[in-house]
Amino acid sequence: MYTLSNKLRTFSFALIILGFIGVVYGFMSSHKSLDEVKTMLATEAAHHEGGGHEVAQATHADDTHEVHGEAPAHGENAHAHAEADAHDAHGDAHAEHVQHQIANRPWSALYVAAFFFMMIALGVLAFYAIQIAAQAGWSPVLFRVMEGITAYLLPGAVIVLLIAVASGTIGHYNIFVWMDPEVVAHDKLIQGKAGWLNIGWFAVRGLVFIAGWSAYRYFSRKFSLAQDNADDNSNFKKNFRISAGFLVFFIYTESIMSWDWIMSVDPHWFSTLFGWYVFASMFVSGITVIALITIYLKSKGYLELVNDSHIHDLAKFMFGISVFWTYLWFSQFMLIWYSNIPEEVTYFITRIEDYNLPFFGMVVLNFLFPLLILMNSDYKRIPWFIVMAGVVILFGHYIDIFNMIMPATVGDRWSIGIPEISSILLFAGLFIFVVFTALTKAPLHAKRNPLMKESEHFHY
Amino acid sequence: MESSKVIHAIYTDDDILMAAVKDVRVAKYHIDEVYTPFPVHGLDKAMGLAPTRLAITAFIYGCIGLTVATLMMNFIMIEDWPQDIGGKPSFSYLENLPAFVPIMFELTVFFAAHLMVITFYLRSRIWPFKDAENPDPRTTDDHFLMEISVDNNNEYAITELLKTTGAVEINLVDKAH
Repeated sequence: MYTLSNKLRTFSFALIILGFIGVVYGFMSSHKSLDEVKTMLATEAAHHEGGGHEVAQATHADDTHEVHGEAPAHGENAHAHAEADAHDAHGDAHAEHVQHQIANRPWSALYVAAFFFMMIALGVLAFYAIQIAAQAGWSPVLFRVMEGITAYLLPGAVIVLLIAVASGTIGHYNIFVWMDPEVVAHDKLIQGKAGWLNIGWFAVRGLVFIAGWSAYRYFSRKFSLAQDNADDNSNFKKNFRISAGFLVFFIYTESIMSWDWIMSVDPHWFSTLFGWYVFASMFVSGITVIALITIYLKSKGYLELVNDSHIHDLAKFMFGISVFWTYLWFSQFMLIWYSNIPEEVTYFITRIEDYNLPFFGMVVLNFLFPLLILMNSDYKRIPWFIVMAGVVILFGHYIDIFNMIMPATVGDRWSIGIPEISSILLFAGLFIFVVFTALTKAPLHAKRNPLMKESEHFHY
Repeated sequence: MESSKVIHAIYTDDDILMAAVKDVRVAKYHIDEVYTPFPVHGLDKAMGLAPTRLAITAFIYGCIGLTVATLMMNFIMIEDWPQDIGGKPSFSYLENLPAFVPIMFELTVFFAAHLMVITFYLRSRIWPFKDAENPDPRTTDDHFLMEISVDNNNEYAITELLKTTGAVEINLVDKAH
């Protein structure tokens, strides 16, 4: 049995407290009066004469006039831009827009971090279900690690949904513009989607997803534990059946979840492979976390049956799914870039102009780095190599989620500062605490799994 | 032409063969070759063969493919006859890069795969119309054959050892060089 060391518990609490303070500070400091924003804009304009801000303004104006002819351009800037057009690009409307973007930042930062840690647990749950449905022989020694990580799914997903709903009820529509009745009233496209995109139905869908995932997680864990002391394989068979069923449920709900929780921040924009793209991100992050926690537990003397072939296989998955993620990232980008349809391409124009470094930087982090580091077969079994690649992959996929949300909510007012880092610390602390507490609840070795013998002797 | 003697030990099961290979290696006899009807996982390690360097050649061939694709597309689409496709008239390779990525990827794979197969054939000394080196046609069906070289008249000791490893047939063969 694994016991949570006091050091790790204190560490996770420290992260939570530190993160919480930072998040509170982020919210407190995000309320700027209109005059403050105007002063700030004036100073910026004076500081970068013809530089950064002016250029950003020019491109914003270009965006609205040339790329999309229609007035309420892309959702992210919908109301402000529409108004900005009506008045003057540098008038009150713009200052109000910037004011709103500044207010959005702590919300978005919190949401990105919450989603990132939730998706790790969800990715691991999908990976776990695939292992069981495929009756994989190599992985049963890692099942308890995976079950520990998926313990975070229920709290994590509830938090994501709460933040999303709160942003549209107690907040000022800080993440999803379609939640703002003012915006919808002036936006024909969102009106057309209102049957799907409204807070009530959004919340119900979210609850259905969370209920389905958690139910699978609950029963699968129950059968897995029951199998430990069983005389026959009936629990194993039940687990197999519900895992196969869950995967069908998962691929639909994961897709819809990605439209709801992420894609709808840009309610005018759509991409048909978005569900897959988000899936690739969560899958590779989840597998990476399995590898990192396995290596950590092994370094503490647990999981003595995990050998370097298991680590090697996890690293192969990290490598392979990183390439898969890149394939989807590029497929989405290239088709939209090539067809150059205004309503689609605006998504990438914002990212390339305002988010150049994170947008292309994440390709280096998520593709080039793991590709070169993990290509060699021998490196896939050296723990510190995997930890290094894993940390970079996780950071890269945080940036990936950042790039999905931030351009729609804070526009060019982004930064990675106190609100973002504190949100990461807050949820990292919660994640570590929940996951490692769950690991103490059951033996780390699923001893009666019928495939355990094969897994113990697995070697490459 | 000098002739050398080899012993052919025949097995009918890959697990027994694997155990036999390990026993023979422990006894420090030299296994020339093992003929099997299908690839036996882990046999190369059991025989103590050096790890393959095919992966390194694959990487090099992939780099060559990437270079060829880049130079080719640059010549065709940018230098020789720039084309206006999808409203993107451009005289810069970099600005059109997304359109070229699929070709760069495909040629990388194409070069790596084909040249790697050809390298494998050359390295294994296989070419069209070559006579099979396979000493016993049954190894293409359901038998496994281990070839052990005999020197210093130790064929008796080897034969005794092989009998204990579960060989169904042990033959002393003169091998012409």
